[in-house]
Amino acid sequence: MFHIYCPYCEEYREEEEFHPKGQAHLSRPEDPDDCSDEAWGDYLFFRDNPRGIHHEMWVHAQGCRKFFNITRHTVTYEILETYKMGEQPTITAETNTARPAATASSADDRAATEVKGAQGVQA
Amino acid sequence: MQRYSGFGLVKHALRHHEDWQRQWRNPEPKTQYDAIIIGGGGHGLATAYYLAKEHGITNVAVLEKGWLGGGNTARNTTIVRSNYLWDEAAALYEHSLKLWEGLSQDINYNVMFSQRGVLNLGHTLQDMRDIQRRVNANRLNGVDSEVLDAKGVQEIVPIIDGSKRARYPIMGASWQPRAGVARHDAVAWGFARAADAYGVDLLQNTEVTGFKILDGRVVGVHTNRGDIETRTVGCVTAGNSGVLAGMAGFKLPLESHPLQALVSEPMKPILDTVVMSNAVHGYISQSDKGDLVIGAGIDGYNGYGQRGSYATVEHTLQAIVEMFPIFSRVRMNRQWGGIVDTCPDACPILSKTPVKGLFFNCGWGTGGFKATPGSGHVFAATLAKGEPHPLAAPFSIDRFHSGALIDEHGAAGVAH
Repeated sequence: MFHIYCPYCEEYREEEEFHPKGQAHLSRPEDPDDCSDEAWGDYLFFRDNPRGIHHEMWVHAQGCRKFFNITRHTVTYEILETYKMGEQPTITAETNTARPAATASSADDRAATEVKGAQGVQA
Repeated sequence: MQRYSGFGLVKHALRHHEDWQRQWRNPEPKTQYDAIIIGGGGHGLATAYYLAKEHGITNVAVLEKGWLGGGNTARNTTIVRSNYLWDEAAALYEHSLKLWEGLSQDINYNVMFSQRGVLNLGHTLQDMRDIQRRVNANRLNGVDSEVLDAKGVQEIVPIIDGSKRARYPIMGASWQPRAGVARHDAVAWGFARAADAYGVDLLQNTEVTGFKILDGRVVGVHTNRGDIETRTVGCVTAGNSGVLAGMAGFKLPLESHPLQALVSEPMKPILDTVVMSNAVHGYISQSDKGDLVIGAGIDGYNGYGQRGSYATVEHTLQAIVEMFPIFSRVRMNRQWGGIVDTCPDACPILSKTPVKGLFFNCGWGTGGFKATPGSGHVFAATLAKGEPHPLAAPFSIDRFHSGALIDEHGAAGVAH
């Protein structure tokens, strides 16, 4: 059972209030009519499926009903950070290599990893 | 290979069961094989067996990073059926079901295949319409299937709550009498023993760490026990398929999810068929040992951890108790998770890849066990000829770019 920090409600809530919605930071092709079959198929069906750090979109379905992003480890299931739509992750597979996978960070640490004012374009 | 028989059992009993032959060897890796199968689960072992038996290719190794049949083969709910909606899927699963029917004799190993029938319940008018459509499609494809009304369901399973008081009253079901369950471990062990008898090397604790690729063609694999040369590689690695595809430099349209199942304490026989419900989302059967084998849907998030969330277990049991109030006080004994590789259209991938000589058999998602012999059979043919077997051809990875999907989501009448 996950204990998830909703960056909009600004509190930890139980997993059952949330729904996972798949990979985060996908951008729809600018002009679908101008897309090759490969590019369109890639956009529709091909997702990152890493064994390790993963950025995914969740929705606080039984809370504020807002979408947000989670950086999570797909083996330890540890939630490394949560951040709002439009923001970029501070922890990625590249930046996290030095860090042991299963270090438990405190609630304060996790809340502190929110990025302020980052720019990003996403659906 | 020492053949198993009733007579042999008596003979060994007289000798206090002290001289049974080992079921398979534990060989050292050779430096070269004609074909390598990565993944020593049911599908991989079946592939190796049919490669040797049907195509005479016996210089084959199965590389398994853990132990044989220790992944999803050991973690599923053992349901075997073929009542899929679309022609391509029905053909593949029916091919498999036919192989199941003669499997114990074929591999001289009792896989305890028990054709006790499968019910797929309908709880709404739309469920019933979908069931009628699927049953009609099944019959046109030669798959035994019929529509039952609520009374018909109650006759087959007297303990089910068929009353109108239920929150989601049962309106009917599809019924496939030839479907059933099998003993999951025996399937892996049986195929392993039979493949080993043909000379296939089963290499356990052998993890593939990379592919040797030359001019776009695979020429070998790197493992933790040294490099092995080969020009044909079949990857049958379920939840870890995406990781292996990454090593070969391409992507698969798969997402790995935890799928949980659980068994109850053993009980006297009470449920002699398999009951599945899409609407309340759970499925249940009783094993020969007496425990109720229960499963439902995946955990929605990606995960490689072979475990899921307790909330999913709770929802599963809510569904079971909704259908079977009589089980409300049964205690659960064990619970576990496997990593399933789900495809966007809930159908598998049996395909060539951008790398020549490298083939993938994956994407079976939540329903791979039933296909074990069929999957191995058509994949072996694909590896032997270098071209997809006719039954495997529609399951090419190209379908995610051409749009020719085989959309079995929900259509299969199953909780995906």
